[in-house]
Amino acid sequence: MTPSSSIAAPGAVPGHEAHDDHGHHPSYLTDGTTVKSWLLTVDHKRIGIMYLAWILLFFLVGGIFALLIRIELLTPGPTIMDAMTYNRVFTLHGVVMIFLFMIPAIPSVFGNFLLPLMLGAKDVAFPRLNLLSLYVYLAGAGFALWGMLNGGLDTGWTFYTPYSAHTTTTVAPVLFGAFIIGFSSILTGMNFIVTTHTMRAPGITWFKMPLMVWALYATSCIQVLATPVIGLLLLLVTAENLFSLGMFDVARGGDPVLFQHLFWFYSHPAVYIMVLPAFGVMSEVVSTFSRKNIFGYRAVAYSSVGIAFVGFFAWGHHMFVSGQSTFNAGVFGVLSMLVGVFTAIKVFNWVGTVYKGAVEFSTPFAYFCGFLFFTVFGGMTGIAVATVSLDVAWHDTYFVVAHFHFIMVGATIMAFLAALHYWFPKMFGKMYHEGWGLVSAALIILGFNATFIPQFLVGNAGMPRRYYEYPERFQALNVASTAGASLLAFGFIIIAIYLTYALIYGERVDNPWHSKGYEWLTHSPPPTHNFIGPQPTYPEEPHFYVDPKKAQGEVSDV
Amino acid sequence: MSDLANQFLFLPERASTFAERVDFLHYFVVGTTMVMSAGVGLAALFMFFRYRRREAHQHTEYVVPDLKTEFLFVSVPLVFFLAWFAIGFRDFTWFTTPPKDSMDVYVMGKQWMWKFSYPEGPNGVNVLHVPANRPVRLLITSRDVIHSFYVPSFRIKMDALPGRYTQAWFEATKPGTYQVLCTEYCGLSHSKMLAEVVVLAPEDYENWLQEQQRGRLQDRQDALADTSLVPPVARMAEQGQKLVGTQGCLKCHSVDGSKHIGPTFLGMYEREEKLDDGQTIRVDEAYITQSMMDPGAHIVAGYQNVMPTYQGKLQGPESAAIVEYIKTLRTANVRETASEGPAYDPIQ
Ligand code: HEM
Ligand SMILES: [Cu+2]
Repeated sequence: MTPSSSIAAPGAVPGHEAHDDHGHHPSYLTDGTTVKSWLLTVDHKRIGIMYLAWILLFFLVGGIFALLIRIELLTPGPTIMDAMTYNRVFTLHGVVMIFLFMIPAIPSVFGNFLLPLMLGAKDVAFPRLNLLSLYVYLAGAGFALWGMLNGGLDTGWTFYTPYSAHTTTTVAPVLFGAFIIGFSSILTGMNFIVTTHTMRAPGITWFKMPLMVWALYATSCIQVLATPVIGLLLLLVTAENLFSLGMFDVARGGDPVLFQHLFWFYSHPAVYIMVLPAFGVMSEVVSTFSRKNIFGYRAVAYSSVGIAFVGFFAWGHHMFVSGQSTFNAGVFGVLSMLVGVFTAIKVFNWVGTVYKGAVEFSTPFAYFCGFLFFTVFGGMTGIAVATVSLDVAWHDTYFVVAHFHFIMVGATIMAFLAALHYWFPKMFGKMYHEGWGLVSAALIILGFNATFIPQFLVGNAGMPRRYYEYPERFQALNVASTAGASLLAFGFIIIAIYLTYALIYGERVDNPWHSKGYEWLTHSPPPTHNFIGPQPTYPEEPHFYVDPKKAQGEVSDV
Repeated sequence: MSDLANQFLFLPERASTFAERVDFLHYFVVGTTMVMSAGVGLAALFMFFRYRRREAHQHTEYVVPDLKTEFLFVSVPLVFFLAWFAIGFRDFTWFTTPPKDSMDVYVMGKQWMWKFSYPEGPNGVNVLHVPANRPVRLLITSRDVIHSFYVPSFRIKMDALPGRYTQAWFEATKPGTYQVLCTEYCGLSHSKMLAEVVVLAPEDYENWLQEQQRGRLQDRQDALADTSLVPPVARMAEQGQKLVGTQGCLKCHSVDGSKHIGPTFLGMYEREEKLDDGQTIRVDEAYITQSMMDPGAHIVAGYQNVMPTYQGKLQGPESAAIVEYIKTLRTANVRETASEGPAYDPIQ
């Protein structure tokens, strides 16, 4: 397992696509098969795979609770549970999905697996820290889940004071769990930042980094800067809840709205922690499957950084009706518009990438199509709710629920599934059944729309969120939404089946997409230290599909 | 036409002047969103087909946008988004600035009900009566956790915060009954925290008011006849007058203009106070309430921070009653004229 022992085959050069030396060099999957060799590994790829397993488990838990919510809302009155249970169920759903699934999903799984490969590095900068962050994450998750199953808090994932300081349910362990998970987030972020700065292979300049790396880099900056704020805030609330400190209690000179400022100061940027990696994945996917360089590479890269920056100054748009001043509402309103513009730049450039391309409509690309729709529609409805006067009507109704599911869940799930399908061969060296891939993608995109479009409408009609019972007139739309959710669930079941099948019986492949992404310059699955022989060289930019004979003249034009 | 649009968008009946503004912007925003999504979607679909892959290892051209294209990508959305913002902010300013001649109602959220009290008399739980075509200002607070007062048909919403007053206003345009919902999660029965606004034609409202007052007078006479107990107070201000005595406010504050441990109540409402940190603040409902609940937040220059908090000690609409009482202690130089419409400074 010493790094220097693996020199054998000639260096991989861009453009090569076939390997047949699998037998001689164990892949990271087969290099050590004991349980210990997995649990104590410092290989970023194995850590990524372990994250994948846990994250899928938490997604299942969150998903089951989502279905319970939808079944409860099938009828206006009580359906399958009582009000207290419902309040705990939607809190559990929110906490699990946000803190255990969405925030870590793409960075921890695909970021871990791919970042070093995309930079031509043998590992991340701090491999042991990387393993630690996995266990910190699991410890936090354990705490939070234990708290939710023993007592179960009912505050919603937003934990607003003074309710969270007064409620008799068990707040402390869940908040403490979320606090611990924050450390994992910070560790991973730091690791990625240092890796990107110091471990790029010769030839990979900043503007030759794949766009996925740019997205991960911007995300990591947000994680490192914003997570400490929520960490401290969660500690303060825990203390307030246990010892009645008076930080947020008016009777003791506290401020009930202070919590919301601090909370959204983290949680608004956190929305971009969830969605920027998704943007990164999609940049890779659209380029590979249209065999084209990214239309405006620099614009897409800079806009990630722009979003990360402006994202810090928009938090007040969650609080337009909380009694903040009209002036503040104006400032936060304008700044929110800028985030929309940065996203628009990306969308236009993705569509531009297809121009004069060669589109292969495979499963990851199907998810790209869904993603495009959810991002445009979810993003535009986001700008709509940031339009101050409209938000007076929409705030805390199902319109907002639909909006944030479209943008963060829709876009992120599309990207997660696209990534899973696109990099499945990279990770396991196996191929899944393309037909089933397309069928389930169609089901999921359809089911998602059927679930959340009715929620936009029921929000327009005035149904508030976090309602256990609702006036009769909202029922038809709720039934439609529940029907959509079952379609969605069905889609996920199909994926689980054919991917498991592919894992065992799948056909061996190396680079089924003929992708020129840097991560494909090594074998699939990659060997333990990522490359066999000398490090690959990187004469071309990523996302480069130009005919080599013509390349010389054309590139120099730009 | 717009009724059809509302049906299509599932919007509830439009019953306030604010609702008209919100709906107009809503159509504009939904319209642009639809056109944009369709534009991007169709362009993408067209290109997926036009540029479909013909052979596995196909090469492509190296295409990059020129500056003009990137400029368009930025400026077109920016112009639209800023237009939304400009209209939305204009309407929001209108919404946060009640006309000077609006009628006041105190609203208090409490797990899990809404209480309404009128300066002229009646109190009520879960039913708010208001006249049509007259601006109504709501002074909203909470007894416990944060709630949010939401009337879909008026398109208005405002959080109810413990220990503070926030304000919202509306002018209902047609008589009828409209639902009030709580939109900030507030515990077990959050979804049952419903109330209604009954909008009455102006004459009907006068009748209703008189009905209420007659009922109270009757109560008062019965009480006098039967027992000689203290009659129930008919007006919030009267109740407030009693409360400042029983709660001990008068130990430190005078009502005749003389300076004591605290500033006098006389003429305090609407006064510009100089604070000990050099700033000035205008005494309004929010400031009076904050001074009762969180006395240390803003100290008037020249006074000590010695006042105890009344958070939790003042029940129900009692704090509102005290505010109303202090309002009656205005001096003559306070302007009393009605406004012509929205005015962009703190209102009376
Ligand atoms: C099968 C797909 C899903 C369905 C049917 C679903 C359904 C719902 C519903 C009905 C609510 C509203 C609860 C309420 O306000 O009373 C909700 C809230 C929420 N959902 Fe989902 N959801 C799904 C997937 C996800 C995913 C993947 C995430 C990942 C982040 C997510 C995040 C949230 C969040 C953050 C909330 C707000 C929680 C709260 O109000 O405390 N959902 N979901
Ligand atoms: Cu409430």
